Amino acid sequence: MSEPAGLEIHQLRVSFDGFTAVDGVDLDVRPGDLRFLIGPNGAGKTTLVDAVTGLVKAEGSVRFGGAELLGRSVHRIARSGIGRTFQTATVFEELTVLQNLDIAAGAGRSVWTMLRRRNDVPEPVARALETIGLTKLAGSPAGTLAHGQKQWLEIGMLLVQDVRLLLLDEPVAGMSHDERQATGELLERISAERTVVVIEHDMDFMRSFARSVSVLHAGRLLSEGTVAEVQADPKVQEVYLGHAAAETVTGVAVQEA
Amino acid sequence: MTLLHGRARTWAGFAGAAVLLFALAPLALTDFRLGLLAKYLCTAMVAVGICLAWGRGGLLTLGQGLFFGLGGYAMAMHLKIADAGPGNLPDFMQLYGTATELPWWWRPFANPAFALAATVLLPMAVAALLGSFIFRRRVKGAYFAILSQALAAAFAIWLIGQQATTGGTNGLTDIQGFFGYDLDDPVNQRTVYFVIAAALLLLIALARQLIHSRYGELLVAVRDSEERVRFLGYDPAKVKLVAYVVAAGMAGLAGALFVPAVGIISPAMIGIVPSIEFVIGAAVGGRASLVGAVLGAIGVAWAKTALSEEFPAAWTYFQGLLFIVALAFLPGGLASLGGVLRRRRDRQRKAAVVAVGEAA
Repeated sequence: MSEPAGLEIHQLRVSFDGFTAVDGVDLDVRPGDLRFLIGPNGAGKTTLVDAVTGLVKAEGSVRFGGAELLGRSVHRIARSGIGRTFQTATVFEELTVLQNLDIAAGAGRSVWTMLRRRNDVPEPVARALETIGLTKLAGSPAGTLAHGQKQWLEIGMLLVQDVRLLLLDEPVAGMSHDERQATGELLERISAERTVVVIEHDMDFMRSFARSVSVLHAGRLLSEGTVAEVQADPKVQEVYLGHAAAETVTGVAVQEA
Repeated sequence: MTLLHGRARTWAGFAGAAVLLFALAPLALTDFRLGLLAKYLCTAMVAVGICLAWGRGGLLTLGQGLFFGLGGYAMAMHLKIADAGPGNLPDFMQLYGTATELPWWWRPFANPAFALAATVLLPMAVAALLGSFIFRRRVKGAYFAILSQALAAAFAIWLIGQQATTGGTNGLTDIQGFFGYDLDDPVNQRTVYFVIAAALLLLIALARQLIHSRYGELLVAVRDSEERVRFLGYDPAKVKLVAYVVAAGMAGLAGALFVPAVGIISPAMIGIVPSIEFVIGAAVGGRASLVGAVLGAIGVAWAKTALSEEFPAAWTYFQGLLFIVALAFLPGGLASLGGVLRRRRDRQRKAAVVAVGEAA
């Protein structure tokens, strides 16, 4: 497996028709980090991920493992080792779990391999099935999976893609408590070998699993540090209290969901 | 109920089709009906490509007439030159034209090898060129369908406008020979039928291989979620292009073999209406299933002959209705009927169990 790589974002700016969604953000995610990106709705979290993955045009600089990403097409950025998920799980519903993973593993395949049948389960696919706990469901159509399982399948697709950086957009939204716990542990295991950035609204989940946290607000970086540092930051408390004034300041200051 | 599995079933299917096409049909049908069947099988060849591009890749190819026409005209041009004999111009050029020698773009088609290769490669090249523009610009859905239809219409209109070199509205008619064989001879007509039947089986085998390959799985993935595929590091434009180009090659071959079977190719056979007819067969039979698309194409083509013999005016309306009904109520076509009924039965059974459970 290739080494995890870091993500260096410098003065990133994204505007849509005069509205600036991301306004000069600097972000430095070190290799192997498990970084949480939090902030109220409209803070620019998803837009930032869109910019990094080439989905929207942006100004500034995004360097991954030393190489500039801005201006490259989506599939080329993906091939450089960056994978992402979306708020709503997008798996190929009509294909089986195994087919989903096999396709994710295959972007570098030769024409000859593509034109033949898949006769066995490639080793990385088998390993990913094990990691995400879906080995028994390998032959089921992805459309029949439960919501949480779809999210895991998406993460599994990033694993077989052998990405060095995972960008996950609200991976535990709509999950039960047990599923959240399992997902968090999965992310911890993954981040031993890869860099993981998670956009999340669930503050309990963040407190349990984040190694570092960046808070975005109105397109700007508001605060950055460990969970404790960010929670203690008066600026963060102010922003979140503005949205949930009823919450007490201590401990649950950032309970916003 | 499945008696045979996987590979054995496939071989049994091909063997059955071969017996039907090569033994039973020639025995049971008159020469006239066999000639009609040859024509239907050409439609089915187009449907094989549509099954791949539309059924599997989600590309509603409403303009396959363009590629069918390119293949057909490439073949007909060669046969017209051969009919005229060395040094002579094809009959219609002497009639309408003032030219004393073949136009430059006709000349390569005098060579049989060039003409044969062109029937498949020319449509594929045109599809590659058009497709790379269309898919890179991310034109999809209804826009793609309208664009492909417009291209077929434009080609037909262009042919009509060039009467001196293309035969105009009449097309290239009255084709007599096929690589030295007289097409008026019923024995040779039969041979043409066998060639067409063999070509159809070959295309089905080719499409089957593609559908069951890793590429086939990827194509379905692109149909379901193009954006997701892009984030996996693939270029969906290339994936779609392959299906589009292969479908164009199949339509081209179908057009080429249609010419000796029917003896004519004209703009009326490649414009908007025939292009839609190609799609209707696949839609009614089941666009995602090879067997469904092929049988649907043959069935609709047969129904067209049968019904338009009886009610010439009503067929067009009936055909439109068929298309709408198939897409609105049975998007998977007749091929999906078994699955739909089975699911409904299971649901009813489940509902019955629940009802019993509640009553108890």
